[in-house]
This record gives sequence, C-alpha cells and structure tokens, in this order.
Amino acid sequence: MQNIINFFLKNRFFFLFFVLLSFSLFLTIQSHSYHKSKFINSANWITGGIYETASNISGYFGLKGYNRQLVEENKRLRLLLFNKAHPYPDSIPNDSTLLPENPRYIVRDASVIKNSYHSPKNYLTIDQGEGDGIAQDMGVITSDGIVGIINNTSRHYATVQSVLNTLTRINAQLKSTNHFGTLQWDGTSENTVQLIDISRIAPLKVGDTIITGGMSTIFPKGIPIGTIKDFALDVSENYYIINVQLFNDMTNLGHVYVIENTNKEEILELEQSVNE
Amino acid sequence: MNNNTLANGIRFIVLVLVQVLICNHIHFLGYINPYIYVLFILLYPLKNENRALFLFLAFLIGLCVDIFSDSGGIHAASSLCIAYIRPVVLRFSFGSAYEYQTLKINNTNLGQRFMYLFIMILTHHIILFSLEIFSFTHILTTLKKTLLSGAFTLVLCFLFIPLFRTKNQ
Repeated sequence: MQNIINFFLKNRFFFLFFVLLSFSLFLTIQSHSYHKSKFINSANWITGGIYETASNISGYFGLKGYNRQLVEENKRLRLLLFNKAHPYPDSIPNDSTLLPENPRYIVRDASVIKNSYHSPKNYLTIDQGEGDGIAQDMGVITSDGIVGIINNTSRHYATVQSVLNTLTRINAQLKSTNHFGTLQWDGTSENTVQLIDISRIAPLKVGDTIITGGMSTIFPKGIPIGTIKDFALDVSENYYIINVQLFNDMTNLGHVYVIENTNKEEILELEQSVNE
Repeated sequence: MNNNTLANGIRFIVLVLVQVLICNHIHFLGYINPYIYVLFILLYPLKNENRALFLFLAFLIGLCVDIFSDSGGIHAASSLCIAYIRPVVLRFSFGSAYEYQTLKINNTNLGQRFMYLFIMILTHHIILFSLEIFSFTHILTTLKKTLLSGAFTLVLCFLFIPLFRTKNQ
C-alpha cells in the first residue's frame, strides 16, 4: 500500500498532466461532432461581452460597406415590389398588420461579433441568443446568400456553424433544374464550397446559380448560395463534384438574418412517425 | 511573491486578449496566425515554481483561447504539453544555468534563447495543427501551417520578450 501511494506521489505531476490532457483531448474530439460541444464555446457572457465590445469599436470602419449592402438589398426588394400587379397600393403598406398572420418563416436580425474563416471548423458568434428567440438549428443568411446554421445558444449570444466548416452539410440544388445535392466544404478556400451528389445527367454550365433546396427544415427553398466555378465527375463517375463560388464574402460579415421555420416541429414529428 | 503573482495574472489576461482580439485575425497570406499566448508558458517564472500550478495555468490559458475561438480543446492540449516538457527543454538549451536556478531569460545568449523558443514553439504548433486538422491525409498542410505559423510566432516572441522584463524574474 505504502508503495502504491509513493508511486502516485512520485508521479503526481505526470498524473495531473495526464488527466488534463485527457480532458482537452476529450473536448477536441467532442468538437468534431455536430451538436456536442455544449459548454466550451464562445456563446457565453464573458466571451460574448468581450467580442461585442470589440466589434462595437471595429464596426464603425465597416459602416460604409453595410450601407451599400443595405441599399442594394432595398433596390432589389423595391424592384420586386414595383413589378407586382398593383405597383402603387392605396396606402403605404408598412404597418405590421399586413404581415401574414401565421408566417411559415420568421426572420430575425443579428450582428456578427466574431467571425472566423481560416480553420477547418469555423464558427461565428452573433449578438442574439435564446432571450431573443434564437434556437439551435435555425438558418443564418445575409442579403447575398447563406452563412450557416445556429449551433449553440446562451441567453444573449449564439454561435453559428459556418458554411465554411468541414462538418456542415446543407441541402442545395441547381436553380435552373431541380437536381439536388449536398453542400459541404473541403477546407481549402474561403470563397469556394463543394456541391456533391449531383446526378451526372444534370445539365451543368459554369456560371449556373446554386440555391438552397427545400428539403431541410433549416433553410427555405431558393436562398442564393453561389455560382458554379468548375465541375468534375467523382470516382464512381455517377455524380458530379461541383466547386461553387459563394455569393457571400465570408471574410466580411456584418449584419445577418436568422430564419426560423415555424413548421419545423410538425415536419420532424411527421418524419419521425414515418421512420418508426 | 505577491507582486509576482499579480504580474503573472495581468500577463495571463493581457496575452489571452491580445491573442483572441488581434492575433487570431491577422491571417497573413490567408492562413498564417501567430500564437503569441505561448509567451505565458515560455516566460513563466522559474524560481520556486509550483509545478502543479504551472501545469494547471498552462492548461487554463489554452482553454481560454479555445473558448474564444470555438476550437474544442486543441490549444489547451498543446499548451499543457509544452508546459510539461519545459524543464527538459530548459535543461537541454541552457544547461547548468538552469540547474542552479540562476537563469534569467533576458540575460541568456541569443543562440540558447533561440534554441529554447524554437523547440517549445515548434512542439506547440505541431500538436496544435495536428489536432486541428486531425487527419493523416493532410499531413503536408499540417507541416506547412506549423512551419509558417511557427516562424511568425518565433519572430513575434523575440520582439515581445524585452517588453516582459521585470526585476522579479
């Protein structure tokens, strides 16, 4: 017994080292699977607060760019509005009663307070959390295209698993036809993602637009993603691997929109009952 | 002693903030970032060090950087490893000066200091990027990132060390 205690005392630093190392490796491996990294993430009040302060300061330098982006979005929306059947309605439709009563999708706005795009697994932090109605598995977009999926939330902050994350899988399709595939990222370039599993009979042209498919409960159908940069057949020669040039500049994100699908529970429940 | 603890605490916080607010956003040539917070481990006072506390603090600083950058536990693991091997590296690079506890990092000659920083930073970065990329098929990317980021960190460490000169050290 004495010997055992002596052994532990003699090697106590090694044991401390070993315990701490196992813990950090556990955290590392846990972070490799989706939805698992529950408590080591930047959506807590200390890190969120520090990032928010820093982004409040640096935000001033991007105001010009955000304004231009907003004006372009407004221009596009006005174009849609004016080209509707009744271009000039009797009264100005900007009171909330004109919004649909039970909207299928609810849109909330948020600011990115921390962005990252250089590591293989990138996460963003936004300044809205559970208290503002944000929950896991909501989609995040900008006016240009998709950004990612909400991963973890705290009271006032949330982390977003970026589309530039090797774990992310998003359902996407061609705009011109309904051939769909899976969007993922190989970790090499921050403005190119890969669309796989597009059947080889699909007609592809460089420059074609890729949009989100309506098959997931996260994103509504038709949100722009990017354009085809180049494409090749995979090893099985049955499917294309397409390099997609993103519309979004992922290195320069300011304000984003978070989309909630109000019918999500219903859809998931239904799919669950089919599986059983 | 108390003064020393305070200085170390401030150093801890400042290095974490500098790392997550500035160094994590440099992206030199697209992907090269310095990991300047290793200075905390490199310059931790040698005199009367409490080894258990030192290991724990090294783990903690890594974990803080991890929490900020949403990277699981990769920084914690690599900081912990270099904290554990530090005595061996110190003995290897500085020889008897370390044995007699008379070592002051600012007074050592350039070659020895370079050796010490080089081994520690290289070990840290190899572990860091292997865990980050976590795949043998990308071993070349791992090595490339290790060498380039390591060189960047090394240069910055050399520049920053004179800033940390305290009379207690």
